Amino acid sequence: MSTQSTPRADEARGGPVLELRGVSKRFGAVQALYEVDFSVRAGEVMALVGDNGAGKSTLIKCIAGIHPIDSGEILFEGRHVDISGPKDAARLGIEVVYQDLALADNLDVVQNMYLGREERASFGRLDETKMEKKASETLASLSVTTIRSVRQTVAGLSGGQRQSVAVAKAVMWNSRVVILDEPTAALGVAQTRQVLDLVRRLGEQGLAVVLISHNLHDIFEVADAVTVLRLGQSVAVHRVGDVTQTQVVESITAGKLSKVPGQADAEVVTA
Amino acid sequence: MSTAAPVPTPSASPTAAAPAGKSVGDYARRWWADVRAGELGSLPIVVGLIIICIVFQSQNDRFLTAGNFVNLIVQAAGITAIGMGVVFVLLLGEIDLSVGYVSGVAGVLCALLLLPDGAALPAGVAIAAALAAGIAIGTLHGVLITKVGIPSFVVTLAGLLGWNGVVLLLIGDRGTVVLQNDTVIGFANDFLADATAWILAIAVLAIYASVQLVALRSRRAANLPTDPPAIIGLRLAALAVVILAVVYVANQDRGIPYVLVVLAVVFLLWTFVLNRTKFGRHVYAVGGNAEAARRAGIDVDRIKIAVFAIASLMAALGGIILASRLRSVDPGAGGGQILLYSIAAAVIGGTSLFGGRGTIKSAVFGALVIASIDNGLGLLGLSSGTKFVVTGLVLLAAVTVDSISRKGRAQSGRA
Repeated sequence: MSTQSTPRADEARGGPVLELRGVSKRFGAVQALYEVDFSVRAGEVMALVGDNGAGKSTLIKCIAGIHPIDSGEILFEGRHVDISGPKDAARLGIEVVYQDLALADNLDVVQNMYLGREERASFGRLDETKMEKKASETLASLSVTTIRSVRQTVAGLSGGQRQSVAVAKAVMWNSRVVILDEPTAALGVAQTRQVLDLVRRLGEQGLAVVLISHNLHDIFEVADAVTVLRLGQSVAVHRVGDVTQTQVVESITAGKLSKVPGQADAEVVTA
Repeated sequence: MSTAAPVPTPSASPTAAAPAGKSVGDYARRWWADVRAGELGSLPIVVGLIIICIVFQSQNDRFLTAGNFVNLIVQAAGITAIGMGVVFVLLLGEIDLSVGYVSGVAGVLCALLLLPDGAALPAGVAIAAALAAGIAIGTLHGVLITKVGIPSFVVTLAGLLGWNGVVLLLIGDRGTVVLQNDTVIGFANDFLADATAWILAIAVLAIYASVQLVALRSRRAANLPTDPPAIIGLRLAALAVVILAVVYVANQDRGIPYVLVVLAVVFLLWTFVLNRTKFGRHVYAVGGNAEAARRAGIDVDRIKIAVFAIASLMAALGGIILASRLRSVDPGAGGGQILLYSIAAAVIGGTSLFGGRGTIKSAVFGALVIASIDNGLGLLGLSSGTKFVVTGLVLLAAVTVDSISRKGRAQSGRA
């Protein structure tokens, strides 16, 4: 059950856990994604970068089953899968931590981590003991030590602690792929540190981590690789050790497009 | 576990394995820190009740007599039942303005079904029919609010007018309908034998103690932090003093009215539902952050419909209790102050109007405060005008305490 089991991670290390091939998505006249290729391996932290409107959010929403894809293929552990709803994604072990974290302030840490998937004992009672124990263990396995009590309400937690709870909530369910949307966007220096350490640990525990961020400094610190999206297309995949931040910025702003979807004129203007 | 009350688990980092070792002193200090941070729990309402008792007793020494105490229980019973339903609606951050007249519809329906020249149904069937009507009305409200998307304020405002009309239509030109069934009248007008009341009181305490003990054992077995046994014992002792005192005082007069047993049963039922079941957890979640609940796979619409059905069900129960107390229903059933007193009861007791924070207990405490003021000012021979002004001021004071404590929570980062 726990996310720490590494043998599974090792066996999957060969191929990508999650792979997208030629995925396209169109909203009316807007081609949000055009033949995007993307992959992430177990134990790898894959950063996803791009300018505003490059298609990062659309891509993760396609993976999470919120938007169905128009064409292309999603492979999970090498098998073709159809993700037609958030439940399909959850069943595969794909969890998304959205930027707004989706925590209920009036509930405590345990209650939030188990929201919607509560454990039950006899007579329809909630099995509080089991949930509290498991939640504490999950937090401990992620070395989250700053939370005073798992029975305090989330309202009383700092931004970094809330992010930790949201991440712990995502990894508690036998997850294979965790997608983090701008996890450090609203955090101070020390809290950013905490969350980046946490991201690193997720990778070390054998999960495939997709990290969306605007902060290249953060990415170079924790990510193994960077996929760059530009105008709905994947324009480059860099190994972090092989490139400089400047090269990644070049990809973000001027990466080579295979095709300018729809409007060739628009591309001329923006380029 | 109430989200408004201080979280009773002593602090411990999730990795700490030592379960015990927290002294009573630590516990008291933590409680006081919580209070200062704005987690007041039931403290203001208990203080308020004590002040009310002192003020009225000093003005009229009949206030704190056994006879008046029994009267007070019966007077508070109707709005307590309705207020419990209102708590559910407020937990979602919604409002139900129709509970007054829904209680009227149920009371009138029950009385009409018991008429000898009408259906003359057995008491149980008539009560069940009235309660079922409540559930149906609430479900209708819930469906209009969720599936059609009309704000609850508007739907239940229409309900306030519409169900008032239904009360008048049902009664027609009968004027006052006298309740014709001793069982239904007995709810508010008959009393438990002294011995039965003692046995029930001790049974409740035994159940509470065993539930606490089982919880303590299972937490110890799982190596989780527990409350100090002394604190658990203290809580049990406090509860025992309250329950046994209520039984003792009531037995000095006519005894425990049946309606108190009915209320105790629904109190335990809804407290269990809110604190110990998946449904209750989801009610709090929807009230705290509906979007988070939706993303967690909770069917928010289903929860809302169920909550409005519960609110109308409890209103129906309250309507039957009110009819029983008056031994009759008339075209004014469900009108007057019933709606506002019920909502005020929940709010005075500490349930937030903004959703997510509140307990069933708050309806009981709030109704007790309102009934005490009503009763006490009545004993002093003061007019309705004075009653309304005082009740209004108490409501204002309660909401002020809530607002100030919310500021305290915000400042200490617990908003």
